[in-house]
Amino acid sequence: MPVESVYSALEPLLPRVRKPIQYVGGEVGSVIKDWDSADVRWALCYPDAYEVGLPNQGVQILYEVLNERAGVLAERTYTVWPDLEALMRENGVPQFTLEAHRPVGAFDVLGVSFATEMAYTNLLTVLDLAGIPLYSSGRTLDHPLVIAGGHAAFNPEPVADFLDVVVLGDGEQAVLAITDLIRDWKQAGQPDGRDGLLLRLSAIAYVPRFYDVAYHSDGKISKVVPNRPGVPSTVSKCTVMDLDAWPYPRQPIVPVAETVHERYSVEIFRGCTRGCRFCQAGMITRPVRERSITTIGSMVATGVKASGFDEVGLLSLSSADHSEINEIAVDLADCYEGTNVGLSLPSTRVDAFNVTLADELSRNGRRSGLTFAPEGGSERLRKVINKMVTEEDLLRTVTTAYASGWRQVKLYFMCGLPTETDADVLAIAQLARRVIAAGREASGRRDIRCTVSIGGFVPKPHTPFQWAAQCPPEVVDTRLRALGGALRADRGYGKAIGYRYHDGQPGLIEGLLSRGDRRVGGVILAAWRDGARFDGWSEHFSFERWQRCAETALVGEPVDLAWYTTRERDYSEVLPWDHLDAGLDRDWLWQDWQDSIAPEGAAEVEDCRWTPCYECGVCPAMGTEIQVGPTGERLDGRRLLPVVGGR
Amino acid sequence: MAEPAPTRPAVQHLVVRYAKRGKMRFASHRDVARAFERGVRRAGLPIAYSAGFTPHPKISYAGGAPTGVASEAEYLSLALTARQDETQVCQRLDAALPDGIDVIDVTENAVDGRPSAGSGASPSGAFGHLEASQWRVVLPGVGLAAAQRAVAGFLTLGEAPVERLTDKGVRRLDARAAVVEMDVVQMGPTAADPDGGQRAAVTGYEDCAILRMVVLHTAPAVRPEDVLTALREQAGIVPSSPPMTTRLAQGPRARLAGEALLTGEKGS
Repeated sequence: MPVESVYSALEPLLPRVRKPIQYVGGEVGSVIKDWDSADVRWALCYPDAYEVGLPNQGVQILYEVLNERAGVLAERTYTVWPDLEALMRENGVPQFTLEAHRPVGAFDVLGVSFATEMAYTNLLTVLDLAGIPLYSSGRTLDHPLVIAGGHAAFNPEPVADFLDVVVLGDGEQAVLAITDLIRDWKQAGQPDGRDGLLLRLSAIAYVPRFYDVAYHSDGKISKVVPNRPGVPSTVSKCTVMDLDAWPYPRQPIVPVAETVHERYSVEIFRGCTRGCRFCQAGMITRPVRERSITTIGSMVATGVKASGFDEVGLLSLSSADHSEINEIAVDLADCYEGTNVGLSLPSTRVDAFNVTLADELSRNGRRSGLTFAPEGGSERLRKVINKMVTEEDLLRTVTTAYASGWRQVKLYFMCGLPTETDADVLAIAQLARRVIAAGREASGRRDIRCTVSIGGFVPKPHTPFQWAAQCPPEVVDTRLRALGGALRADRGYGKAIGYRYHDGQPGLIEGLLSRGDRRVGGVILAAWRDGARFDGWSEHFSFERWQRCAETALVGEPVDLAWYTTRERDYSEVLPWDHLDAGLDRDWLWQDWQDSIAPEGAAEVEDCRWTPCYECGVCPAMGTEIQVGPTGERLDGRRLLPVVGGR
Repeated sequence: MAEPAPTRPAVQHLVVRYAKRGKMRFASHRDVARAFERGVRRAGLPIAYSAGFTPHPKISYAGGAPTGVASEAEYLSLALTARQDETQVCQRLDAALPDGIDVIDVTENAVDGRPSAGSGASPSGAFGHLEASQWRVVLPGVGLAAAQRAVAGFLTLGEAPVERLTDKGVRRLDARAAVVEMDVVQMGPTAADPDGGQRAAVTGYEDCAILRMVVLHTAPAVRPEDVLTALREQAGIVPSSPPMTTRLAQGPRARLAGEALLTGEKGS
């Protein structure tokens, strides 16, 4: 059946909205395939604005993986801003894809990538504009399958009723397996209808509808069990074991509109075993799997040439930890010296080696700012979160940075961590002053800067802190105000120290959406109906709205906003995500949580890449293993350099 | 302390005429500039870079058509560190840009293009002859007679003060002073049109009045939309859906003024 483009209906609306370029597609690297020659069609959605969604690696990777296959078509769709949403509703224009402006409702699959829980209301906007019933139970064979993935999908329970299928973990192989199951089912004449397909998919992914949740009278979950035969009682995450076999993105999509990251990004490894107790990404993406230096080199060479980007980002959860990061940095810097292609490494570890790397990568001269994330203001607190950095480490690192020409150092912290006191947060001010003093001495200049950036901590599922009580926003805000005062108190440092902070209130709602169960779905729907859009954007977020909607939607339930957020859980409580398996041994997580808050001081966990296994459980449970180099290979500059014309 | 990268001198300045067509008419000046910076790198052109800690490719832009307005005559100048064949640059650059940002032709800049010129094209030097633009505006749902009356009325005005809402607040302009000439072009459904294929927005094709106007590049700039504001306020001309505006040409006032009617008959 031919599917018509909706562009002719959309076009007259575009002169009336802000930044219309984000809605027209046509980017270099985007692909338009023939509708009728594909038998499985995916609409890939990042449920936020184009400027945030376009650079998302997950979507770009899956887009290429799917479009490379014959008979498979993938297009992209993002959440439209409220100005266009209103015009689309007024004029009956449905949610569309950017490639061929096809209506999302005509696709077989709507695949949604959740990097953050704050995008849940945007999912509802997309579904509604697409003409897809909001509840999975209301959908028929005429509607796309709504599949979610991404980090937030490791607890999809708050949006479980709106989703048909949830993929845990790495998507590359999962999307192809799902594609095959859909194709087989379609070719077999759609046996047993939509539920027949969902049953097939339940073997490789989570189908929320096939699980019933029962509650105790006090509101806690009593059990989560499959409600039909053949459905597994727990669902495991997917793990891609050979990153060199999946060298995507190869042909990055190059936006015409301005986006938040304007660079070609290569994931240099996946997973992290540093063991920071607050870090969901580090826990759910284990084990560490490195991409080899040679694959990284060829990806950079092709990616830069294909895109025309002048910046390369070497991404991972802790990039300096790649076993051959020094060789990668030196060789790439050699290859691109004098070409105006810049290399960057998101530096989060407080380590002088990181400065050496950053120096290497910025040989071309751009030396603006370095970022480190000590996360906790005091050494005691850094032990609690297992981010062991001594003050001496930090001062040595920043001294090295200022001495080698960096003018600005950014320090990231969290507020509201377990066991935190006012004193822990105020210690940040002291630390910042010492950083400036050390920097002035090392550089011999007074125009150096240090920016303190801080936000409220939100406990996340599948981490040792999943049982923790979230710090109330009033406490977070009080501590942040006190820190601001302390930072400004000393005039000798006032101008050298910048201060950026995030209010506590949005974090509380993020906490509700992160650790909520299926009853939170009603709150999300109520907030969306009340106008909640783009909740990750402070100018759109309304705490008062969420508070009000939580009250009305949870009326009659023994639970409320505080129950979901500021309440500490105990060992025996069934957590909403206990049936979803990231491979982490629940008893190990619990012990690590206990170790962190031990009255005699927190116990430290070393990185299992360099010390014996501490039995977090992932490798045996998932049949995986740590994959790190070194490979001993080097990059050959003559083969990597982009061909420059005009010789 | 790292030293800024050494810069190679520019030895050739090329003036690029390009079009902003179809969906790409929704690109802003900055969007187009980003696309060219990347396009130049994808095409492997030896672009010169500015000196300093954040080197920028040396590309100068003549005032671009506003967001949402198509153009057949946009101009920019490239400073290159090695001499290139203009035809080659035209093909390679066009192939490296998104569809709809299309390179029409590339010529060596007679003023700044001398190898001895060295240090960079000044926009006034490269684009000094771009005194005025010829615009075509398709007004859906506006009848021919009404449009003709409105245009005739506009041309008799001594001034046409209008306001435009910008990001920086309300800007007041005299729309009449910048208009050198304006007329209504009759156009049947079969008329050739560089925007062919992109006419989806224009419903009721026969009910479109099409204006052509030559507008001087004044400061502050008067845009076709300012002229339309005057027509709406003076003569009640209100299109049924957003007008489709295209810049057809830029150049010396004298040449454009003579050309308007001619190109109108040819359908450009």
